[in-house]
Amino acid sequence: MAGIIGYGAYVPRLRIKVEEIARVWNEDGEAIKRGLNIKEKSVPAFDEDAATIAVEAARKAIHHSGINPRELGAVYVGSESHPYAVKPTATVVAQAIDAGHNLTAADLEFACKAGTAGIQMLMGMTDSNMIKYGMAIGSDTSQGRPGDALEYTASAGGAAFIIGKEKKEMIAEILKTVSYTSDTPDFWRREGANFPSHGGRFTGEPGYFKHVANATKLLLEQTGFKPSDFDYVVFHQPNGKFPLNAAKLLGFTEKQVEEGLLTPIIGNTYSGASMLGLAAVLDKAKPGQKIMVTSFGSGAGSDSFAIQVTNNIESKRKRVAPLRELIAKDKMYIDYALYLKNRSSIVRT
Amino acid sequence: MEKASAGMWRKIDTRYNLIGSECEKCKTLYFPPRIICRICGRDTKMRSRKLSGNGKVYSFTTIRVPSDTFKESAPYTVGVIELEEGPKVEGHVVENGKKVAIGSKVKTVFRKMYVDGDEGLIHYHFKFETI
Amino acid sequence: MMVNMREVAIIGVGLTKFGERWEHGLRDLMAEAGLNALNDANITSNDVEMLYGGVMASGRFIGQEHIAALLADQLGFKNIPAVRVENACASGGTALRQGYIAVASGIHDIVAVGGVEKMTDVTPSEATSALGGAGDQEWELGQGITFPGLYALMAKRHMHDFGTTEEQMAAVSVKNHKNAVKNKYAQFRREITIDEVLKSKPVADPLKILDCSPISDGAAAVILAPLEIAKKYNDTPIKIAASTQATDTLSLAERESITSLKAAQISGEKAFKQAKVKPSDIDVAEVHDCFSIAEILAMEDLGFYKKGKAAKAIADGETALGSKLSVNTSGGLKGCGHPVGATGVKQAVEITWQLRGEAADRQVNGAEIGLAHNVGGSGATAVVHIMKRIN
Repeated sequence: MAGIIGYGAYVPRLRIKVEEIARVWNEDGEAIKRGLNIKEKSVPAFDEDAATIAVEAARKAIHHSGINPRELGAVYVGSESHPYAVKPTATVVAQAIDAGHNLTAADLEFACKAGTAGIQMLMGMTDSNMIKYGMAIGSDTSQGRPGDALEYTASAGGAAFIIGKEKKEMIAEILKTVSYTSDTPDFWRREGANFPSHGGRFTGEPGYFKHVANATKLLLEQTGFKPSDFDYVVFHQPNGKFPLNAAKLLGFTEKQVEEGLLTPIIGNTYSGASMLGLAAVLDKAKPGQKIMVTSFGSGAGSDSFAIQVTNNIESKRKRVAPLRELIAKDKMYIDYALYLKNRSSIVRT
Repeated sequence: MEKASAGMWRKIDTRYNLIGSECEKCKTLYFPPRIICRICGRDTKMRSRKLSGNGKVYSFTTIRVPSDTFKESAPYTVGVIELEEGPKVEGHVVENGKKVAIGSKVKTVFRKMYVDGDEGLIHYHFKFETI
Repeated sequence: MMVNMREVAIIGVGLTKFGERWEHGLRDLMAEAGLNALNDANITSNDVEMLYGGVMASGRFIGQEHIAALLADQLGFKNIPAVRVENACASGGTALRQGYIAVASGIHDIVAVGGVEKMTDVTPSEATSALGGAGDQEWELGQGITFPGLYALMAKRHMHDFGTTEEQMAAVSVKNHKNAVKNKYAQFRREITIDEVLKSKPVADPLKILDCSPISDGAAAVILAPLEIAKKYNDTPIKIAASTQATDTLSLAERESITSLKAAQISGEKAFKQAKVKPSDIDVAEVHDCFSIAEILAMEDLGFYKKGKAAKAIADGETALGSKLSVNTSGGLKGCGHPVGATGVKQAVEITWQLRGEAADRQVNGAEIGLAHNVGGSGATAVVHIMKRIN
């Protein structure tokens, strides 16, 4: 089947700590940090949005893959914070990576899983020889309503994956992908609304866990793999706790989840979350190792992937600095007032 | 600033990807791109050339009194950047916690330059950051 | 190629008070300065054959284009040809050069040159935006690089290359304010200190608000005539011994150097050649100090000082009023004010007064040769005039 030719990841450098947000709302920061398993989250600078993040990730992916961007046949950008309601983010990305004009492009939206949906679409397109390469991006600058629980986690980041079918170019082959989908109103944002609304605790059991579990089980069933066959497992990570609980529920260990769990240090990057997790894992994975990824998007659905790393991974690895290094080294802390300013919640008039 | 679409549209490649021009005859590089070479005049043979965006800060300043369009981003740092290919380019230098000084090495990043109100276009542009 | 050109003289000058002229619009200001010039030359409106009007941005400042016909009409110059000249902050100097060409060529005898700007009818940020049009709209202002920002970029590099200090730049403003105290037409008739400049509000590092020329309203006018008939109108006609102009790239980054203005260097060299004088022959000069650093650049570009030496010399008082070379006796753009289109013409007015011996408290004794240096944008246009007293 199709595989990953290259990838790139980007997380804005601004950070706000959980206790700083808790200070503003007079809440117990330590208890929230424990409850959500998150220390701090990334914040887009005033001049960053889902498009600029997508471009930064896409440029790294092109560099990492070594392909000529003109050979991309499709660019899909998944986000729930596309800068325009009407006018594609994907065209901005395609032009900014000099992909030429002989390609298809579209924006995707499926809450936090539109990026992995893009990967699935590209797998079909490359395997059917419709295109040579395609790029799928998950990128978000998600918003949490001030004072809402989501404000502690909703962050910004994105990852881009280049999909192709030539084995000799792949750094990892996608062995199998399945999805599980239902109409579940756990989280939504109406046209024109500034912030999303959600069903509170309803987002957990009938939302996240049901879809993640069913997609993962379906993948295991159809591939015949056991949880222990995988070296790394990445789940969508709306907070630091859910993916660990999902792992336990499905028979995976905490150790398998650890490397791809970034939410505790950057927050929930929504469409970027499971893809950034996969990028962090690929930074470490060795040839032959297997990775399982299950994304989740509210509304709701999960895409599950069984991936096996190839020998090519080592030679391309040195082209781009590892994601965890970027996250750890390139950061600037801001307080809540600067957070509001960078999010344009307070503006100079 | 450019309220109508065409003005920003025709500069998209240049602004996104730092596309300059090179006179094939005398090898002089230009940014922004131009039609007529300052050296070769009517014998110009100009072609597009993508610039790396890597360079050094030649001069810089922090703008504290901006025009209306940029009032939300002020104060911000701008600089004259000497690209490794030779031409000098003016642009924003984004805040990354590192001190900006003459001679600081920079690369390009992709950012919003300005946004035309609540309903207008978003103008994306290269900016620089120190490395 | 200057065969059979006539020599040109200034036979009348007029100015308005510069500053925030809340009660007067653009047309009122031009009329006031024009009337003063007509009276000074002792001619009537009907004597004027052609008008050149230097105006930078009336479209942005007051929404009015087609300004030359308006000015001609308001000045009472009925039905004569009139042309607006726009070269950013060098609009006035360029208008003077166009008038010079018209008289020298023999096409016209009596030509009026006006310069005017009404800048206070818009908000400061609208003014910032309009003035930014003097730079490269697409690649400078379009990236938020304001006009003071451009000069700040020059200043920063000048400091780096030549060790120029913020105190030395401040000394330019201090000197020019001191001169402005003695000029009844000046916007700021108060002295300032180095410390006040250094502690004033930052605009674009290292430039502070007191390093910057202000937003001003005002107008200036001169009347030109062939030198051979000038005595008919005026006992002390002032000969325009040189009128030169040069251009450079609009954007700063594309220039060979950002610590000197090549257009000013070229224009200056040509002017000294045309007038057959040396920098050391100049007694009084009005140079384009739109920012403090700009006067330092001007003194180097014009050859008064070697590169990198002007800042210290100015700080040491070498260009103060009454020294060997008195610079910006009017107060310059900083002290007298900078109604953009008027500035280049005002410089010629001040030099005329100095050479005639009519500069009151700020008179440079025995001044015989003067120079005016007017810059457009961050240096894409430079105009230099050298003027001589004819005894």
